[in-house]
Amino acid sequence: MKGLEELIADASVFAGLDSASLSLIAGCAGNEHVRAGTFLFQEGEQADRFYLIRHGAVSLEVHAPAAGSRVIETLGEGEVVGWSWLFKPFRWQFDARATAPTRLVAFDGACLRGKCDADHELGYQLMERFASAMLERLQATRLQLLDVYGNARASA
Amino acid sequence: MVPEPFEIVVKRRDTTDTWTFELEPRSGEPLQFAAGQFTMLSAGGAGEVPISISGDPDRPERLVHTVRAVGLATRAICDADPGRVLGVRGPFGTAWPVDEVRGMDVVIGAGGIGLAPLRPALMSLLARREGYGRLVLMYGGRSPDQLLYPDELADWADRGFEVLVTVDSAGPEWLGHVGVVTRLVRRAELDWTATAAMLCGPEVMMRFMVAALVDQGAQGENIYASMERNMQCGIGHCGHCQLGPTLVCRDGPVYCWSELAPWLAIREL
Ligand SMILES: Cc1cc2nc3c(=O)[nH]c(=O)nc-3n(C[C@H](O)[C@H](O)[C@H](O)COP(=O)(O)OP(=O)(O)OC[C@H]3O[C@@H](n4cnc5c(N)ncnc54)[C@H](O)[C@@H]3O)c2cc1C
Ligand code: FES
Repeated sequence: MKGLEELIADASVFAGLDSASLSLIAGCAGNEHVRAGTFLFQEGEQADRFYLIRHGAVSLEVHAPAAGSRVIETLGEGEVVGWSWLFKPFRWQFDARATAPTRLVAFDGACLRGKCDADHELGYQLMERFASAMLERLQATRLQLLDVYGNARASA
Repeated sequence: MVPEPFEIVVKRRDTTDTWTFELEPRSGEPLQFAAGQFTMLSAGGAGEVPISISGDPDRPERLVHTVRAVGLATRAICDADPGRVLGVRGPFGTAWPVDEVRGMDVVIGAGGIGLAPLRPALMSLLARREGYGRLVLMYGGRSPDQLLYPDELADWADRGFEVLVTVDSAGPEWLGHVGVVTRLVRRAELDWTATAAMLCGPEVMMRFMVAALVDQGAQGENIYASMERNMQCGIGHCGHCQLGPTLVCRDGPVYCWSELAPWLAIREL
């Protein structure tokens, strides 16, 4: 079975970090296993954790009174769930729900923020990686907002 | 070129605005075609429009079209019921490179109704399954109820296609992927340098998809896309369907991406 450091090193968001950084990050992490249907977090709650999916699937959902719950994105193996732990006010904007039995690495966000404050090189390395992952998601969201399949003119 | 009469023998509703038709030629002469080609289709006097053939090239006895009602001509076609006769000219245009990509892994990237023009290629690949490496369908739709051919998706998966479906938005009962189709590219682990891709969907979706494929290491000369422009004659005479120095009805609709890219970089072409 792989140790935490190895699991973290395999994730693309942590790719290229040296072993000292990986062991600092692993010091803030632990394994978790959740059943299908479990909420990892819900909108409005304090955002003090984030997750790396080892196996399984997680959906991000918003709840609108008239429309009910809508899934806005699903995440799978090797992907990170949650950015809100990084920035004030540290509150979740969405619900995150496991849609299958899911194994995760769970990170203590406050612990990691503390290590980044103390070691700016680690902080820079992490921010660079998280910013790049967030940019990719932002671009995907923009494409989703274009509603390309709904707009007849743009359809094939 | 005069339209040939074809009778509607089967009409199936796919989604709220899309129907699949099976047509038989009044002449009894099957319309042989290659995967990727289209016909000019008309119902009464409502105008003639290019519609891709979505049936099996190995079974040309019935001409199959999947049509989305967006305007005058397509609405008139979608309103027609079994027994009605439609006008058909064709087949026209270039084909998916099903033989050329033998031995490679193949990604079929479809968005919305773009799965219809790719269906003949998919069927040909499956009929010759042993000739290819991995076969992966990446199909993006607006929502689960707007997906085409849901029963066939399961059948294709049973017969050797890796079927990855994603929608832009869904209720919590949907257990599949939600997110744009480009994200499926980033998740798939393929030997991208030896992978061919065939794409059809909204142009903006294809552009993003190509960017994701190239990022992963796919080569522009192994990427093919079916392009759409308004058409009138369908036979290279009127110039309506110009794309760069080419005519989509004659030199397309299926193009190699490395050939297309310079023209698409110029807006409004
Ligand atoms: C090679 C090729 C293959 C095609 N294959 C298919 C197919 O398999 N199935 C299918 O349903 N359609 C297909 N199309 C698109 C189809 O030809 C158009 O939807 C049709 O020409 C629209 O004509 P209309 O008279 O119904 O709409 P119009 O009255 O001309 O337009 C009405 C509305 O539809 C919009 N519109 C116009 N053209 C298009 C277009 N090309 N796509 C989407 N919206 C449009 C207009 O902006 C307007 O809002 C294909 C097009 C090409 C070039
Ligand atoms: S439709 Fe007339 S030239 Fe292409």
